[in-house]
Amino acid sequence: MSALSLLVAKGISKRFGGVHALSEVTFTINHGEIYGLIGPNGAGKTSLFNVLTGIYAADGGNFIFDGEPLDRVKPNEVAERGIARTFQNIRLFQNLSALENVMIGRHVRTKAGVFGAMFRDKATRAEEAAIEKRSYELLGYVGVAKRANDLAKHLAYGDQRRLEIARALATEPKLLALDEPAAGMNATETQALKRLLQEIRRDGITILLIEHDMKLVMSVCDRVLVLDYGRKIAEGSAAEVQKDPKVIAAYLGGEVSLELKG
Amino acid sequence: MEILLQQIINGLTLGSVYALVALGYTMVYGIIGLINFAHGEVVMIGAMVSLSVITALVGAQTSLPVVVVILAGLFVAILVCMTIAYGMEKVAYRPLRKAPRLAPLITAIGMSIVLQNVALIVWGRNYRTFPTIIHPTPYDIFGATMTDLQMFIVALAALLMAALLFVVQRTRLGMAMRATAQNPQVAGLMGIDINVVISAAFVIGAALAAVAGLMVMTYYGIAHYYMGFLLGLKAFTAAVLGGIGNLAGAMLGGILLGIIEALGAGYIGDVSNLCGFPWLSDSLHEQCAANEGQVSMFGSNYQDVFAFFVLILVLIFRPSGLLGERVAERA
Amino acid sequence: MSSHRPRHVPPKVWAAVALVAAALALLPFVAALAGQAWVRILNFAMIYTMLALGLNIVVGFAGLLDLGYIAFYAVGAYVYALLASPHFGIHLPFWMILPLGAGLACIFGVLLGAPTLKLRGDYLAIVTLGFGEIIRIFLNNLNAPVNISNGPQGINLIDPFRIGSLSLARPEVILGVQFSGPQKYYYLLLLLTIGVIVVNIRLQNSRLGRAWEAIREDEVAAKAMGINTRNVKLLAFAMGASFGGIAGAIFSATQQFVSPESFGLFESVIVLSMVVLGGMGNIPGVILGAIMLTMLPEVLRYTMEPLQLALFGRVLLDAETVRLLVFGLALVAIMLYRPAGLWPSAVRKRELETPKAAPG
Repeated sequence: MSALSLLVAKGISKRFGGVHALSEVTFTINHGEIYGLIGPNGAGKTSLFNVLTGIYAADGGNFIFDGEPLDRVKPNEVAERGIARTFQNIRLFQNLSALENVMIGRHVRTKAGVFGAMFRDKATRAEEAAIEKRSYELLGYVGVAKRANDLAKHLAYGDQRRLEIARALATEPKLLALDEPAAGMNATETQALKRLLQEIRRDGITILLIEHDMKLVMSVCDRVLVLDYGRKIAEGSAAEVQKDPKVIAAYLGGEVSLELKG
Repeated sequence: MEILLQQIINGLTLGSVYALVALGYTMVYGIIGLINFAHGEVVMIGAMVSLSVITALVGAQTSLPVVVVILAGLFVAILVCMTIAYGMEKVAYRPLRKAPRLAPLITAIGMSIVLQNVALIVWGRNYRTFPTIIHPTPYDIFGATMTDLQMFIVALAALLMAALLFVVQRTRLGMAMRATAQNPQVAGLMGIDINVVISAAFVIGAALAAVAGLMVMTYYGIAHYYMGFLLGLKAFTAAVLGGIGNLAGAMLGGILLGIIEALGAGYIGDVSNLCGFPWLSDSLHEQCAANEGQVSMFGSNYQDVFAFFVLILVLIFRPSGLLGERVAERA
Repeated sequence: MSSHRPRHVPPKVWAAVALVAAALALLPFVAALAGQAWVRILNFAMIYTMLALGLNIVVGFAGLLDLGYIAFYAVGAYVYALLASPHFGIHLPFWMILPLGAGLACIFGVLLGAPTLKLRGDYLAIVTLGFGEIIRIFLNNLNAPVNISNGPQGINLIDPFRIGSLSLARPEVILGVQFSGPQKYYYLLLLLTIGVIVVNIRLQNSRLGRAWEAIREDEVAAKAMGINTRNVKLLAFAMGASFGGIAGAIFSATQQFVSPESFGLFESVIVLSMVVLGGMGNIPGVILGAIMLTMLPEVLRYTMEPLQLALFGRVLLDAETVRLLVFGLALVAIMLYRPAGLWPSAVRKRELETPKAAPG
């Protein structure tokens, strides 16, 4: 565990009934990298996210995040510790405006309570103004500032994905975990997303990325972890993983020859 | 010991009625996720209609046997209840299927008020008594008594529940109902007419409610325009206790609730007798002397509290009811 | 960023505010032209507004279906009744009891909330319903062996609201104007109602209000954003219950009589109807719902008999029944016609100038 590593996962296991969704998955994510997590459907990628963010309790293994263990921590405490996530099937606050969605992301870094709300003292007013300002900045940052006052559910699909990223960034994460952010995006939108990911990384935030779009993964990720049937089958740079026969077999179903794909 | 058995017998009888009513709640909830607040009123209408028909037949001095008279009352009650439930679903709930979740709850409350006051207009404000055409014979069971009427209620309820389970598990309609409960959109895509399924759930529930209405009416010998409220509330509690949306749960919940209530009413006075604690209050001593050592903190008028306490306790430890599915949070 | 907003309020707005204020000030005298009963109805409309706004926090903001809300109203009402009546011979002043009532209701809210937070929507509904019934049954029966609540008879001769020698229960001439008891209460209630409205608006537009709405929209996502959903939900219960307690205390002082009958499930259901029918989550909508549903049965009370006389030449159905019947039909009709409520919430626009955005 070097000073470089932000997240260390050791032997993470998770079962659902008799199904081993995750078996002894071990990996390390370093500060400032974009770490890819790929695998065929049902490989356990989203389960890993859910265990990491405290939605499920792991059956075995443990995480060390930023030097401290992350055991039996509730989802909100995970966010407080500095891991923010998006969801595979977008989970915005549908009937609130885009801006309010991001403002809710600021919740965990602000502190006004009941009395602040009722009496609107100077500190609360200042905090509210700061929340609003920061939220606008983040909307601009991901490129949906024009839709600030629209309900989240009325945003275009790609905008919803980016809004979810803005909302996650509002929690000031050290690690941003994205679950298929490019799903449903066209080529132009994916290009924009790629630039956004690189910009987020440049701003010092580490990214964990689940993605099916291999072109995006290969062009943006520093290292990639490949899961299949809940097991880690490969880890390394994009180029290395791409050539790994086990990965090719997992993706193409073993019997199918590579020629067919071409 | 006899008292215990007696309370269980009484509880079982009332519980069977709760279970029948609870099934109506749970079927509708399982399929469209609506608390059909007006279901208790359907039970009341069932009781009132059958009472009216039976009273009319008795008054007409027909030579019909008692069984036929009661069956005639039941038949008309079932028809009326089914029609009301069908119409209610079509007018007040169907247009709101895609509306915000609480909108149909409010129309259900509205329908409940409407049905109650229609009954008030038709049948008046006074208690209506059941003509004395049946004379329950008590039988001795290990020192406790159970009348043939009680036995009949329990047996009929059991039969109807078995029939319902058969319909739901073995018939095409039942399969369509289960499919719709799982996912209405997909069921629709598979060629199931969801409207028919939902109407069926309401109508079957109403038929059971009519039977339940007749049962309580004969059991207590009276009916009243307001009787559906508390009965519906208890039955809904039973459905939730068992795990709402689950048929077996509704049955279990109903019977359990009936027994718990009966036991609660039977024993709460003894359990909360304060005379063992004379230091609590100076006047307690005199009160105990005057009341043969029986001054209870909680008398049997707390019976209704009991059901809710049990419900809350069960839900704290099993948030989805006794037989309810654990719904895992999905991300 | 308040610096971006214009500081001065345009005269038009001031004029409108002054007009509304004048209308509200004169309203009890206009209503009195139709009889003092209408002033009392106005007062009830305000009590129900407070109740509905309290419930709106729980149901409308946080999305927790509460069918036993009236229990908190009962707690507030009985706290006042017990501490300001001959029943125990205690006569504390209103301003001392009000926080006590609100506080005790708040504690009850937390007591109800804490064990039930894990429950999903409709399970919560039935538990809260049960809780409401439990409170009512206790009030009904706590007259023996020790008389606490005086049972079904309720508590009578409760002290009216007093400041010094000014009692709100008596008619009085102030500055040459004749004020009736209900008219004096009107102004007290108006003051409290405005206070409750202001606090509600502030709560909604606060960090806490947004957290409630986040939970309503998607609890899993709310947690993932770092919101401690357990505490925030408890706060919703606590705040909602406090408003219920305040409304209850003032109800006690206005009526000078309370009995368990006023706190049945039907009352809970009516208050919920006010919230949903008005427009859940939208404060003006909820106020509208409360006023409408308080007024509607009263209007029906006075119109149904003459209407029947005009239509059929005689009174066919007794007014009480018809009025409830029409009330039920109105609930159904309004919901069918406007499923999201009469005045649903719109997007709250914010007027900050957007900073120069990076190209997206």
